[in-house]
Amino acid sequence: MTTVSQTAHTVPQKPSATLPIRRTSMMAQIASLSKYGLLLFLSFTWLFPLYWMVITALKNDSQVRTVPPVLFPNPLLWENFAGGWARYDFNTAAFNSIFRFSLPVVIFTLISSLIVAYGFAKIKWRGRDLFFGLCIATMMLPWQVTMVPLFIIFKNLNWLNTYLPLVAPSLFGNAYFIFMLRQFFLTIPEELSEAARIEGASEWGILWRIILPLAKPAIAVVVLFRFLWSWNDFLGPLIYLKDESQYPLALMIYRLQQTATSMGNTALAYPHLMAVSTIVALPVIIIFIMAQRSFIEGISMTGIKG
Amino acid sequence: MAVATAPGNRLRGMSRQERRNQFLGLLFIAPWLIGFIGLAVIPLVMSFYYSLTRYDLISEPRFIGLGNYERLFTNDPDFWKVIGNTFYYVLLGVPIGAFVAFLVANLLNTNIKGRAIFRSIIYIPTIVPAVCTAMVWLFLLNTQYGAINGLLKAFEWPTIPFLSSPGLAKPTLILIYIWAQGSAVVIYLAALQEVPRSLYEAATVDGANGWHKFWNVTVPLCTPVILFNSIMGFIGAFQEFTLPWLLTQGGPAKSTELYVMNLYRNAFIQLSMGKASAMAWILLVIIVVFTAILFSTSARWVYYGGEK
Repeated sequence: MTTVSQTAHTVPQKPSATLPIRRTSMMAQIASLSKYGLLLFLSFTWLFPLYWMVITALKNDSQVRTVPPVLFPNPLLWENFAGGWARYDFNTAAFNSIFRFSLPVVIFTLISSLIVAYGFAKIKWRGRDLFFGLCIATMMLPWQVTMVPLFIIFKNLNWLNTYLPLVAPSLFGNAYFIFMLRQFFLTIPEELSEAARIEGASEWGILWRIILPLAKPAIAVVVLFRFLWSWNDFLGPLIYLKDESQYPLALMIYRLQQTATSMGNTALAYPHLMAVSTIVALPVIIIFIMAQRSFIEGISMTGIKG
Repeated sequence: MAVATAPGNRLRGMSRQERRNQFLGLLFIAPWLIGFIGLAVIPLVMSFYYSLTRYDLISEPRFIGLGNYERLFTNDPDFWKVIGNTFYYVLLGVPIGAFVAFLVANLLNTNIKGRAIFRSIIYIPTIVPAVCTAMVWLFLLNTQYGAINGLLKAFEWPTIPFLSSPGLAKPTLILIYIWAQGSAVVIYLAALQEVPRSLYEAATVDGANGWHKFWNVTVPLCTPVILFNSIMGFIGAFQEFTLPWLLTQGGPAKSTELYVMNLYRNAFIQLSMGKASAMAWILLVIIVVFTAILFSTSARWVYYGGEK
């Protein structure tokens, strides 16, 4: 390598010797081959658990226990998906996850964060930077510090075992999204809102009619990540929801795991567990594949975690 | 904007506009401000007060001064063990995770076909619900039925009790943590793509080889992102709960009982709200100190584009 680059350095024109060129191209080929080899190995390692989830969902109990492990089961037991889903009231859990948790949280977070971000980005007022600094600072605050008092507050409001403790806080904006939306709003030229102001538009009108249509990429990021967080949330429901009829999908899987593998009817426990896990993971994966760009932009822009 | 015609009116006109903006600004951020006071400031004060009490949710909180802190530091069988577990997990997991993520990002940043696909493959595990990934890992690593041990058994090799031996459980958790570093890979990859090509070309002209370019161009230019990502990584890892809770529930022999798992146990299983609040404040201090240390060392290793 060094000899080649040295010749390139001293002889800036076309290197005339053929041998080093052939050797470098061969080395380049080996390098690129090993690169792809490594990438394939990594991809395999990274995806294997997910493959194993799907494939176990399609096995019967004896295939689950076979040594060496069965990589391609035959026959594929598609009925395990229905079987696992029926072991508990997963329909209600899905309804809870979508309509009582994710949907309201996404809508409330989006609206409140848009309004607050507009106040931080597009209106000039004294103390703005100070408050924005405080807003950023709350991102660093470990939620455990407020966990106990919030539980006690919500308990005194009689909100335990309802979705209110999980949904109501989203009415007050989310620091991450406020930050991200503000950064995005700052890139929208001031002349646009100024022109609207001269024509008599209110700040409220400017936000919804001028800024909003331009902020679609940032809005997509908010919607996607907030959906993801609520869909995947485990600890929040674990703290606040007690009755099975209130459980979202994540808790219901946990419930199934705790009972299926240990007591009573353990037949098909693992295939069923993997089947419902697959069903719950699937929407997230599909949404990611459809909205890849927004995801990648969101992470790169803000360092948001998945 | 109200246009002031007379020069004498200008100041008052402007200030009326300013007052209007002051009112509007506060009005627009009001949702956040109310939430900040109701969901952060008041709970913080309450939490600190609770940390000075004994409180089981049933009877009224009883003030005991620094008793919770004192007992945690001097007379709690679990506290130091949990601190040890957490630091083991954080201090090994986060740097190794960042290192692996940075290397993978560099691999993805080379001249390859299908970069977006490989990036997605590495990223997808981080968005799959933790409950689902926990179930799969539990099953994969199971000593009896797990795929990995099944393979070992097929070769008649001894099985590995990944999550069921106190010595192996923590390293296993760290491996799973590394597996879930897809977001970091995406962030690093974005940073790598920002590095100006001209710098590499200049380095090539100067006779730098691949390693030189990596060490003297790529790494310095990525240090701000590495710093940011490590800080977020440390903060996140100190607060790790869901995956270890689902994988081990803290066992075997409390070898994987991480700080927040223990905090959760104290709060919602033992109903020791005072002790749990004290633990939360200790965690806050640990995180603040840790972040401050990282920032203070950053002047020595983070490169800020020649300014300063």
